[in-house]
Amino acid sequence: MSRRDDDLDVIRSAREARGPVLRKSPGATAWFDVRGRGTGHWAFSLNRFTALGLTFYLYLHLAVLSMLLGGESAWHGFLELATTPVFLGLDVLLLFGLLFHGLNGLRVALIGTGIAVDHQKALFWSLMIIGAILLLGATLHIVGSG
Amino acid sequence: MTTTRGFRVFRFSRESGPSRFDVFEAEVEPTSTVLDALRWIRIHRDPSLAIRHSCLHASCGTCGVRVNGREGLACVTRLADLDPGRVTVEPMANFPVMTDLVVDMTSFADRFPAPHPATRTSDVPSSAEMPDGIDAYERFEDCIECGLCLSACPVVATDDTYVGPAALAYAQRMLEEPRGADVGPILRWADADNAAWRCHAAFECTEACPSNVRPAQRIMQLRRTLTSGGDGS
Repeated sequence: MSRRDDDLDVIRSAREARGPVLRKSPGATAWFDVRGRGTGHWAFSLNRFTALGLTFYLYLHLAVLSMLLGGESAWHGFLELATTPVFLGLDVLLLFGLLFHGLNGLRVALIGTGIAVDHQKALFWSLMIIGAILLLGATLHIVGSG
Repeated sequence: MTTTRGFRVFRFSRESGPSRFDVFEAEVEPTSTVLDALRWIRIHRDPSLAIRHSCLHASCGTCGVRVNGREGLACVTRLADLDPGRVTVEPMANFPVMTDLVVDMTSFADRFPAPHPATRTSDVPSSAEMPDGIDAYERFEDCIECGLCLSACPVVATDDTYVGPAALAYAQRMLEEPRGADVGPILRWADADNAAWRCHAAFECTEACPSNVRPAQRIMQLRRTLTSGGDGS
C-alpha cells in the first residue's frame, strides 16, 4: 500500500467518525436542468427527452398495430382517428423527435471520430438548420395530405 | 464603493441534521468575488460557515462551488459578472457534502484505478527536500483538480461509476505525450464501458473547466484513438 493510500485511509476514518456525509446529487433532474447551461447540455437534454419519447412511441406503435387483430373495421376506425388534426400534429412531433435524435446522434458520432470537435456548436446548429428544413417540408406534406 | 448584496448559502452539518439555505446580507466592493463575500460572511456574520480555499487566484482548485447553479471557482467568480439579485451558493454537485460548501474530494481520486494509470510523479529539483517523508508528489498536468467538471457533468449525476472528464482528459494527455510510458494499460482502461464511451458529449465539463483543459475535446480525441487502434501520439 502506498503512502497516498495510507493517507486516504486516515482521512476516511476521521471523516466517518463524524457521521454520514450528505449525498447531494441532482440525479436525473440534472439531465433536464438546462438553466444557464451551454449548447451541448441543451443537445444532451433534448436527446434524452426525445429518446424517452421515441421509446414510448415504439411501444405505442406496437399497441396500435395490434389493433389489426381486431379486424378490418377496427383498423379503419383507427385510421379515421389518425387523420384528425390532433394526430397529424403528433406526427409532426414524432418527426421532430426522430430528426433531432438522429441528427444529434450524427453530431456525437462525428465529433467522436475527431471531426469538427472544436466546432461542435456550429456543427450542432448546422444540423439543426437541416433538421428544421426537413421538418418544415414534412409538415407541409402531412398537413397537405390530411 | 461598498454596497450590500444578498446571499443564499447552502448549509449542512453532520451533527445538526438536514441541509438548509441561510440568507445573508454581505458588504461587497465592485471587484468583490464570491469568495470575498463568503469570507466576509464568515468573519462578520457566521464564523461556523465552512468554506475551503487557499491560493485566491484559480491555481489551487480548492474553492469550487456552484454559483446560481453554475460551477465556478469562488475566488475568481466576480459578483459584478452575475445576474443582479441574490446570489445562491451551493457545494459542487455529484460529490458527498461534508460540511456546508465543503465536499469530499477523495471521490475525485477514487475514480482512478489504483495504482493511477493517468498520473505521473512531478519533477522536482534534485536539491529539494520533500516534506514529512513524502516520497513524491503526484498531480495532473494542466488540471488543477478542482472537480468542477465532475459537478457539471450530467452523466456523472446518474452514474457514479463513470470515471468522469478529468481522468479521461488526463488519459488522453498521457497518450499525447507518453514520455516512454506504456500506453497499453491506459488505452484498455479508457476503453471500458464506464470510461470514454460513457460520455454523452454535453461539453459541460469544458464549459466549467477554469484551467482550459478542455476535457470534452480530449475525450473525443480519446475515442478517435480507440476506434482507430492507434496509440494517440
